[in-house]
Amino acid sequence: MSELKLMKGNEALAEAAIRAGVDAYFGYPITPQTELIEYLMSQKTEERTGMVCLQAESEIAAINMVYGAASTGKKVFTSSSSPGVSLKQEGISYIAGAELPAVIVNVVRGGPGLGTIQPSQADYFQSVKGGGHGDYKLYVLAPSSVQEMSDFVEDAFDIAFKYNAPVLILSDGLIGQMMEKVELKPQQKRRTDAEVIAQCGSWATTGKTKDRERNIITSLDLQSEKMEARVHRLLKKYEQMEKEDLRFEKINCDDAEYLIVAYGSSARIAQKAVEIARSKGVKVGLLRPITLFPFPKKQLFDLADQVKGILSVELNAGQMVEDVKLSTEFKVPVEHFGRTGGIIHTPEEILEALEQKIINNGSIRHHKTRESSIL
Amino acid sequence: MEVLDIIKPENQVFCKTKLMTNAALSYCPGCGHGTAHNLTMEVIDEMGIAEDTIGVAPVGCSVLAYDFMNIDMTQAAHGRAPAVATAIARTWPEKYVFTYQGDGDLAAIGTAETIHACNRGENIVIIFVNNGIYGMTGGQMAPTTLPGMKSTTSPFGRDVKTMGSPIKMTELVAQLPGTYYVTRQSVHTHKNVRKAKKAIKKAFENIKLKKGISFVEIVSNCNSGWKMTPNDANKWMEDNMFPYYPLGDIKVNGKLK
Repeated sequence: MSELKLMKGNEALAEAAIRAGVDAYFGYPITPQTELIEYLMSQKTEERTGMVCLQAESEIAAINMVYGAASTGKKVFTSSSSPGVSLKQEGISYIAGAELPAVIVNVVRGGPGLGTIQPSQADYFQSVKGGGHGDYKLYVLAPSSVQEMSDFVEDAFDIAFKYNAPVLILSDGLIGQMMEKVELKPQQKRRTDAEVIAQCGSWATTGKTKDRERNIITSLDLQSEKMEARVHRLLKKYEQMEKEDLRFEKINCDDAEYLIVAYGSSARIAQKAVEIARSKGVKVGLLRPITLFPFPKKQLFDLADQVKGILSVELNAGQMVEDVKLSTEFKVPVEHFGRTGGIIHTPEEILEALEQKIINNGSIRHHKTRESSIL
Repeated sequence: MEVLDIIKPENQVFCKTKLMTNAALSYCPGCGHGTAHNLTMEVIDEMGIAEDTIGVAPVGCSVLAYDFMNIDMTQAAHGRAPAVATAIARTWPEKYVFTYQGDGDLAAIGTAETIHACNRGENIVIIFVNNGIYGMTGGQMAPTTLPGMKSTTSPFGRDVKTMGSPIKMTELVAQLPGTYYVTRQSVHTHKNVRKAKKAIKKAFENIKLKKGISFVEIVSNCNSGWKMTPNDANKWMEDNMFPYYPLGDIKVNGKLK
């Protein structure tokens, strides 16, 4: 039976993980994601489902514990926030290199450095451009509601096990901390050890039985040709993700003359901006990438033939805007608008930016001499 | 006895360790790693637990341990083997999980993971090969490099005033309530090999008791890194390493000796 509850985003994700039959969680406290580990610990998961929950000595240890459990075919995840996710990058690179299924949650806060504990989207580059060392990518899901914080757990594990690859849920302090109504899915049983072996025994280190060769989990290839073959294998997965597992949402795009691109919490605010603009007769649409990799490149390329300009709205100093520009191949003006670290833009500020930067083509003087068409 | 009689199976007194693969060992001639590998695999074979054993390989000379040990193995990032093993042991509590690590891996970059896995009393075995140097990268100073000892990054000898003193990880972890068996061995003579094997066996048997971590240090040589012949390296080890890292049990059945 599904169940309706009022929950924080962090708690909804944690509860969804228990219900999805996840085998293990390893984490370390950091604001603004700490409710996630606190909630799991409060649930006595070992008794509820047999799920292992352990507070590690560091984010580094936590991600390497994820690597260990994932190497045996277990469903395992970790969560942290920006500075902690920076610490995890080496481990994430190993997980990608060793081709292991695992889920990482980043409840983003402002940065660089210790930054602020307030919400931000400044980890876009880190999330979609690698983050750690080497030629790899993460499949990145960006929830924009507490419901999606819950729903994306199962989606993330499905992708992780489909590709044997790490999946990142890129949330932020806003989605993690806010309370909303959430429909929780019914409890699923965790796989038995025999089921894990049946599903993952061809590659996982579950103990070498006489009927098979030993399984080895490593990302080391001392021979360059083997290294290159591994990278090519990864690239094939990423191509397949782009073909089969791209996710996005188009809101009021059909007749749009102007386009806003925004994900996660920014998309929530941008949606309101679109409503206000429409009520004033200005045809604005919203493209919300749900996956940041794969990115809706073709959709943006096509929309660039239709709209007069695009505003990339992000809670950062301008990161996704680069991908929007690349995707549209500079066919139309593309600008960025965003505040950083805890200063959340209002729908009105978004519209003001749209008007100044896109509709009036950057001409402030022009804007001052005419009546605002939107606000 | 005729040659044909000698090679009959019933007359065989020694053979290649069954759980070692046929891959040529990548270790330098005279290095203790090969013997430590053999002993670990002999114990697992004799206990009949190969199907239930999962090994964790480190970064360092023994990064390729999985090429030689014919069991399921996961290779960990530098220093993180105890964290990796923690997760495997927690999610597969009936398995025999061990790490095989060198001194740079375990006592420098992985200090936090080592201390905390020991402190939590994870139900795993840690085999710690300490040769006082970074072998894989070509002879740099390790946390266990002896005072005055030369390496490529302490070319005038380790100056403890600026470089710190060698860290005795084994004595350190023995203080933690989570460790159940802590011992220091060597594998450079027949006598020591037999003792070391006994220690490794005890460590693996402890996993059945679920009473905490078993930590087996093996003081070893690095004739390449030390720039000595194998025989000279063993002699040097006896004269210099053993006084600083004395052999023997430090903690047995959860009690300090």
